[in-house]
Amino acid sequence: MRLKRLLYNRFGEIWMLSAITIILLFPLVIGIALFIKSDSIVSSYSLAELLFSSEWLPSEGKFGFLPFIISSIYVTILAFAFSVPICLLTAIYLSEYAPKRLTVFMQTVIDILAGIPSVVYGMWGILVIVPFVGETLAPMFGVKSHGYSILSGGMVLAVMCIPYILSMLIETFKTVPNGLKEASLSMGATRWETIKHSILKKGRPGIISAFGLGLAKAFGETLAVMMVVGNVVNITANPFDSGYPLPALIANNYGEMLSIPMYDSALMFAAFLLLIVILFINLFFRYFIYKSQKI
Amino acid sequence: MRKIRKIEEKFFKIISQLATYSLVAILGYIIFVIFKNGFSSLSWEMVSEIPSGGYYYGGDGGVLNAIIGSLYIALGATLIAIIIGVPAALFINSHLMQRKRSQNTIRYILDALWGIPSIVYGAFGFTLMIYLGLSASLLAGILTVSFLITPIVIRSFDDVLSTIPRGLYEASFSLGSTRTETAVKVLLKQGFSGFITAVLLAFGRGIGDAASVLFTAGYTDNLPGNLDEPAATLPLAIFFQLGSPIPEVRQRAYAAAAILTLIILIISLSSRFVSRKYQKKALKF
Repeated sequence: MRLKRLLYNRFGEIWMLSAITIILLFPLVIGIALFIKSDSIVSSYSLAELLFSSEWLPSEGKFGFLPFIISSIYVTILAFAFSVPICLLTAIYLSEYAPKRLTVFMQTVIDILAGIPSVVYGMWGILVIVPFVGETLAPMFGVKSHGYSILSGGMVLAVMCIPYILSMLIETFKTVPNGLKEASLSMGATRWETIKHSILKKGRPGIISAFGLGLAKAFGETLAVMMVVGNVVNITANPFDSGYPLPALIANNYGEMLSIPMYDSALMFAAFLLLIVILFINLFFRYFIYKSQKI
Repeated sequence: MRKIRKIEEKFFKIISQLATYSLVAILGYIIFVIFKNGFSSLSWEMVSEIPSGGYYYGGDGGVLNAIIGSLYIALGATLIAIIIGVPAALFINSHLMQRKRSQNTIRYILDALWGIPSIVYGAFGFTLMIYLGLSASLLAGILTVSFLITPIVIRSFDDVLSTIPRGLYEASFSLGSTRTETAVKVLLKQGFSGFITAVLLAFGRGIGDAASVLFTAGYTDNLPGNLDEPAATLPLAIFFQLGSPIPEVRQRAYAAAAILTLIILIISLSSRFVSRKYQKKALKF
């Protein structure tokens, strides 16, 4: 009987320990695998050439990632600009003004928004956002556009990021101590003044981190963006033009990458780049949260 | 002066209220657009038949191959995620209970893993698949999706486990149970609502994710019969059919999207329902 329990304990421990070890080694394994795969392109071109050249002609051996990197950043910044005001205002309303029932209901809304697959967002983008940008917005600004544009990508991405950023903001606002609010209110401040001067100040590290992590999320989103962004390699400042973000490059070319030399290596380099940038942003802002929560 | 304060207060209350309701409106609008377009072309044939010969030119058939493929991949991946994820989450909360520092470090790494986009998992899965000498298949798809959802299982299960009060551990230890027994018999039971939520959340992510299976699961018009055969998936069926120039095929993409959205909605709502039910059963302090 005792032996059985000991064995059970031992077996459970080994299982748990190996599970946690596998998971913790995982980011390292992904990084190493992608790095080895991208080694052949990194060793034959200089890093500066890969990152800052804008010539993309894989069949002639020219791999410049600049157009993709700029498209990615452009789409991400647009999405960020659209989603931040809505997220901040909604989080304030839900944590300060809203009745409890509305908060519970909104939690369901946020969960469903977060659960909708990206391909469905992409389809919604094609059906709604693309015609809207092409037929309504572009003529309003006096530009010609078929709608498959960086702006459309940014708008679809903004909707996708909202539930993600919003739930982190709500978490942050929950951690602001009630005493702080009560002190401010009892000094005669209005609710909005309390929010402005104490809650937004106290929650600042959390707010910044939520936005940072939202940026990382937007940067890596693939399918929905790819469906509405047009996928044309160019560098442009006009949001009504098409773009070609980094994740879309990987996803679009998986079929032909084995037929052109170095192409697969170039795509794996793109994946490695995404991994490093996003992992770094994640680690940085999460650390920021942990640090600020201790104080 | 007082007037300005009053106006400011009113103004911000109203616009933040508007922002909140706009979110509800956006969700309603998305679901309305998907279902309006989808249900007009949804038929019994869509969900019960595999594509026939002329399917991609507007011929007969349905997306049963994609529905079954997606279910296989999501179920298989969820199973792997449970096998690795649940013990890992229990370990964090039982054996590492007194080591706050390691707990936080592990959670930190897991959160970062959660943030990695699925296209990177897809590229990694593809690399691994080539390395192991596999071709695009059900097995490769299951493995890749399981990488993607294991951190989700651990982190969301762990979130619930970490709220279990210390007294419960102490009671269990003082009765002479080992750490593993405490983990399995006390934590798993008390955190069962979290377990269900975590599994359903992971399943939903697994069934809806396209970028990770794009490289690894392949695509076929047949039902997958074996682990080494390629499998179609719903998100990819939607994606490929949307790119078709033929309107009837695009109509079917809308129908497939309505099916996928319906599945996701059912999962999301039932996870709320089930977790609430089990929360009532857990011990209260």
